Amino acid sequence: MTDSADSSLIRVPEVGCAPRGSDAEIRLASLWETPPGWRGWLSTVDHKTIGLRYLVTAFLFLLLGGIEALIMRLQLARPDQTLLTPEQYSQLFTMHGVTMIFLYALPVLSGFSNYLWPLMLGSRDMAFPRLNALSYWLFLFAGLFLYASFPLGQAPNDGWFNYVPLTDRLYNTGPNIDVYALGMVLLGISTTVGSINFIVTLFRMRTPGMSIDRVPILVWGTLTASVANVFAIPVVSLAFFMLWLDRQFGTHFFDVVNGGKPLLWQHLFWMFGHPWVYAVVLPAMGIVSDALPTFCRRPLVGYAPVALSTMATMLLGFGVWIHHMFATGLPSLALSFFGATSMVISIPSAVAVFAWIATIWLGRPVFNTPFLFFAGFVLLFVIGGLSGVMVAAVPLDFQLNETYFVVAHLHYVLLGINVFPVVGGIYYWFPKFFGRMMSETLGKWSFWVMFIGFNAGFFPMHIAGLLGMPRRIYTYAPNMGWNTVNLITSVGAFVFAAGLLLFLVNVVVSLRRGALAAENPWAAPTLEWATPSPPPAYNFAVIPIIASRHPLWEDWVDEGYGRSSLETGYLLMEGRETLGTTPLDARPDVILKMPDDSYAPFFLGLFSSLVFAGMLLHAWDFTGLMVMASSLSLIAWLWPSKALAQRVPAIKTDKGVAHV
Amino acid sequence: MSIALPEEEIAPLNYFLHSYGPASTPTLHLGWVFASIVAMVFLIVAALLIAALVHKRQPDTGKIDNDDNGLRWIYIGTGISTFLLFGMAVYALLTLNAITKPPQPPALTLTITGYDWWWKVEYEHDDPRLNFVTANEIHIPVGVPVLVKLKSADVIHAFWVPVLAGKTQMIPGLINRQWLQADIPGIYRGECTQYCGLQHAHMALEVVAQSPAEFRQWQAAQRKPAVLSSASDIDAGRKTFMDHCSGCHSIRGTEAVGAHAPDLTHLKSRRLIAGGTFVNTPEQQKQWIAHAQELKPGARMPSMVLSPAEMASLSAFLSTLD
Amino acid sequence: MSEVMQLDRPLPVGSEGKRAGGWWGLLALIVTEGALFGYLLFSYFYLASQTQQHWPPEGLPPLGIASLNTVILLASSGFVWASERCIRRRQLQWSLASMAVAILLGAGFVLIQFREWSHKSYDMTTNLYDSLYFTITGFHLLHVAVGLVILLLLLLWTALGYFDDRRYAAVTIGGVYWHFVDVVWLFVFTTLYLTPYLF
Repeated sequence: MTDSADSSLIRVPEVGCAPRGSDAEIRLASLWETPPGWRGWLSTVDHKTIGLRYLVTAFLFLLLGGIEALIMRLQLARPDQTLLTPEQYSQLFTMHGVTMIFLYALPVLSGFSNYLWPLMLGSRDMAFPRLNALSYWLFLFAGLFLYASFPLGQAPNDGWFNYVPLTDRLYNTGPNIDVYALGMVLLGISTTVGSINFIVTLFRMRTPGMSIDRVPILVWGTLTASVANVFAIPVVSLAFFMLWLDRQFGTHFFDVVNGGKPLLWQHLFWMFGHPWVYAVVLPAMGIVSDALPTFCRRPLVGYAPVALSTMATMLLGFGVWIHHMFATGLPSLALSFFGATSMVISIPSAVAVFAWIATIWLGRPVFNTPFLFFAGFVLLFVIGGLSGVMVAAVPLDFQLNETYFVVAHLHYVLLGINVFPVVGGIYYWFPKFFGRMMSETLGKWSFWVMFIGFNAGFFPMHIAGLLGMPRRIYTYAPNMGWNTVNLITSVGAFVFAAGLLLFLVNVVVSLRRGALAAENPWAAPTLEWATPSPPPAYNFAVIPIIASRHPLWEDWVDEGYGRSSLETGYLLMEGRETLGTTPLDARPDVILKMPDDSYAPFFLGLFSSLVFAGMLLHAWDFTGLMVMASSLSLIAWLWPSKALAQRVPAIKTDKGVAHV
Repeated sequence: MSIALPEEEIAPLNYFLHSYGPASTPTLHLGWVFASIVAMVFLIVAALLIAALVHKRQPDTGKIDNDDNGLRWIYIGTGISTFLLFGMAVYALLTLNAITKPPQPPALTLTITGYDWWWKVEYEHDDPRLNFVTANEIHIPVGVPVLVKLKSADVIHAFWVPVLAGKTQMIPGLINRQWLQADIPGIYRGECTQYCGLQHAHMALEVVAQSPAEFRQWQAAQRKPAVLSSASDIDAGRKTFMDHCSGCHSIRGTEAVGAHAPDLTHLKSRRLIAGGTFVNTPEQQKQWIAHAQELKPGARMPSMVLSPAEMASLSAFLSTLD
Repeated sequence: MSEVMQLDRPLPVGSEGKRAGGWWGLLALIVTEGALFGYLLFSYFYLASQTQQHWPPEGLPPLGIASLNTVILLASSGFVWASERCIRRRQLQWSLASMAVAILLGAGFVLIQFREWSHKSYDMTTNLYDSLYFTITGFHLLHVAVGLVILLLLLLWTALGYFDDRRYAAVTIGGVYWHFVDVVWLFVFTTLYLTPYLF
C-alpha cells in the first residue's frame, strides 16, 4: 500500500469555520446539492427532501382516509340511511383504518424524524441515506398498491385487523384480502428498513458531545418506536404471508377444518398491533416534549423520567396484546395478568403528563399556535389515557369491547396523540422546512375549529358505546337510542375536517406569502435551529461540538458543562463526509463517507413492488423477472465503491478520492 | 326500507344504566365507579393544566432556573396515579372473579351457534328425543343461571346480551362458554359485536326471560314437531315451501330438513324474523321472502320470485307453524 | 471543550470493520430476521400445542440426513470465518479457497434439503404439519439462497482484489449474515427434528 492510500484511510479531521459564502461553504454545497430536474428528483438521498416527501404523502393519505370517514359519517348521521351499500361501507371502514394507521400515522412521524433527526443530532444525513430513499419509495408504492384495487371496488373489506376465517378464501373470494396481505408485507419492508436506519443513526451519527442523555425526546420516541418496529413488524408480515399462503396455495395455518387456528391470527396480529399503537404515538409525544418547552421558555421538567417512561411504555407494550382479546374465551388467570399490565402501562404516561403540566406551570407560556396544539394535546391525551384505563378493566371490557367506546378511545389516542402534535409540529417546524412563518391568525382559528370539532365528533362516540352501539355496522334502527349521538358525531366530524382544511389553507398561503423566517424564530433550544431556514443541503457547514442538552439556550440555562461550539467545528469536506461517533458518549470515532445520489433505491423499490404485483396477479414469470431485477439493483447498490472507501484503492485514479 | 323494531324501545342495549342479572350487575357497578374516578381525574388534571397556563408568575429575570423542584410534580402526580391504578386494578380483578362463575350450578345449558347472519339455538336434554332447535330467540327461566355454549358455523361472531352479561367471541373450532341470568322477566336484546361480514349490522337476537312455569310451557311446545293442517290452500303452501325453501330451512315432522338456515318448526311463536331485524307479521314475512336481498343485502336468503298465488299460499302455510 | 475539539489521534475514514455503518445495519437486520424466525417457531409450537392431530402426522422425523446437513452448514460457517481471517492476514489465495469451499458446502446443503423435500410424499397443502414444515424450511432455504449469493459476490470481489487487510468490511458483514443463517438452522433443526422426540 502506498502512502496516498494510507492517508485516504486515516486522517485527523480538520477544525475550522465555514461561514456562508466562504470557499469551504461553497464547496460543501457543491458536494451535497442534488442536481435539479427529474434526475435529481428520482435519485436524491437528502434526508430533508425525503422527510418532506414522507410528510406530504402521509398528509395526502390523511386526506383520503378523512374523506372516507366523512362519507361514513354521512351514512351514519341518521338511522336507516341507504347512501352506501354494506359492501361499500365495509371497504370504506377498512380502508379508513388501513390508511390512517399504516399509511398516515407512522409515515407522518417518519417524515418528521427523517427531516429533523440529522439536524437535531448535528449530522449531515442519516446513517444510510440510500436506505432512507428506499424506505420512502417502498412506502409510496405500498400505499399505491393498497389503493390499487379501490377504484375497482375490490379494496380490503374485512376491517384493518382482518380476522380469519372471514378473510379466508372461503368467505372472501375476491382479490381484496390478497391486496391487503401483500401490501402489508411490502409496507413492512419499508418500515423495517426505515427503523433500522433510525436505530443506526442514533448510535452512530450524533455530533461530538451529544451524549445519549442530551438527545431530544423526539429522538428517544422515534428510537423506541423503531426498536419496537424491528421486533414487531416481522410478526405481522409473517401473519399476512401465512394468510396469503392459506388463500392462494391451500396451506392450513388458519384453516379450522384441518386443524388450523383462527386465534393464532389474533395473537400474531395483536403481538404486532399493540406495540404499533405505541410506535405511532411515542414519537408524537416526543414532538410535544421537545416543542412545548420552547414556548414555556424553560427546559422540559424531568428529561430523564420522560425518556425512561418512553422506553418503559414500549417494553410494557409488548406484554399487553391480550387486552384486544379479552372476549375470546381465554382463561381468566391470563385475562387478569394482561388486564393488570394494561393498567400498569398508564403509569409511564402519567409521568409524561405531569412533566408537561409542570413544564407549563414553571415556565412562561407564549400562546403561539403550536403551543395551543400542544396544550390541547395534553388534554386529549388525558382523555384517551383514561378511557384506556376503563377498557383495560377486564369485566368492563367484556362490555366495551367492539363498541363505539373503543372507537372513541382509539380516535382520542390516534388523533389526539398523533394528529394534534403533528399539526402543531408542522406549525412549529414550518419555518425551518420552508423559510417562512405560518399565519398566526389562521393558525389559531384552525386550532380552535379542530379542537372543538374533534371533541364534538368523538366524545359522543363514548356515549354511543355505552348505549351499546357495535362497531362496523353500516346502519342502525331508529329506536336503538343512537340517533342523537350519531348526528352530533357526524356534525363534529365535519367541523373537525373544516379545521384541518383551514390548516391546509394556511400551509398553502404561508408557502407563498408567509413572513420570511430567521434561523431560530421561536428562540428554541435544539440544534436544528442553529441552521439557516431552510437548511442547506449539507445541514451543518461544520460539525458542531455540543456541551449541553440545550445548545442554543446556554445564555439562559447553565447546565455546568461549558459552551457548545457551533460556528467552529469539524470541516470534513473531502467528498460527502460526516462524523461517526461512539454510541453512548458521542466521541469522534470514524469519518464516515456518505453516498452520492443514486437511482438504485428507486429502482429497487420499484422492482420489489412489482414483485408483489406479480404475486398478486399470479404472474410468476413476471415475478421471477422482477426478483432478478431487484437483485441486480441491490447488487449495483452494494457494489463496493472507492468513493465510500469500501474497497482498496488499487490504483490511484483521477476519479478517486476528491482532492481540490 | 326502514327496519322495524317492535315497541317503543329506548336504547335496548344500554348496559351502562341497566342490568338485569348477576352476570352483569357487578360490571355495571364497576363501570359507574370507574367512570366517576376517570371523570374526577380528568377534571383535576384539566384544572391543573388551566391553572398552569394562567397562574401569576414571578417577574422575568432573563435567566432560567432549572432547579425549581419540577420533578416533585412527577413524583407526586405519578405516585397518586399509581396508587389509584392499583386500587382500580384490584377492584377490576375482584369483579372479574365475581362474574367468571355463576353463584350456583347452571340450571339450563344451551348451545348457540353463530351463522351468517343469524343464531341457531339448541336446547339439550339428557334424553336426546327432548332436544330441540330454534333460532334467534332464546327463552330462559328467570332467576337461575344459564350456561351458554358458543360455537360458530362459519366466521367469528360475538354473542352479547349487554344487560345480562358481557360478550364472548364465537370462534370456529372452539367452544366458548359464558353464563347469564335474568332476575326479572322480560325481553332482552342481543347483538353480534364482532364484524362478520356484510350483514353484521343485522345480526340480533332476543333473550326472553320467563317465569319457570311459562318457560316449561314454552319448552314443551317447542319440543313438539309441527302440526300441519290439511286444508287445501295450506297444502299448496306446503308444496311451495318444499319446492323453494326446504333446501335450507327445516320443519320438524316434515320432509324439510335443510340445515343452512333457521329452523322454522315454530316460526309463529317468535317475535322477530331475519336475525332480529323485522317483526314477525305475515306482511313482514312476505316482504322478507320477496325482497330479502334488498332488505338485507348480501344475506344468505335469496329474494324469492313467487307468483302472488304462491306467495299467498306460502304465507298461509307459514301461519300454521305455531 | 478543547479536548474534544482538537483530536490528537487520526480517525479511520469510511467503512472500517466494525465501525462501518453496514455492520451496525446488519446487526439490526439480524435482530428483525431473528424475530421473524422466532414468530415462525412460535406459530409452530402454538399450533402443535393446540391441535388434536397426531403430531407429526407421519411419525417422528428421520434424523440422519438432517443431522448431516446441519454439520455441513456449520462447517461452511467455519470456512467463511477462515476466509475473513485470511484476508486480514493478507493471504488472498487462501481466503478465496476457503470462501469457495464454504459456497460448495452451502450449495450442498441446498441440494440435500431439496432431496429431503422431494422424498416427502406430501406437500405443504397435505396437512397442518406440512404447511408448517415447508414454510419454515422454505423460509430458511430462502435465507440460505440469499446468503449464497452474498458469498458468491464476496468471492468475486475478493478475486477482483477489492479487499485487503485494511478494507474488508464487506467480508465481515456478509460473513456475519451467513453465521446468522446457520444459527437459525440450529433452531429450525431443533424445533422440527428434535422436539418431536421429546413429547
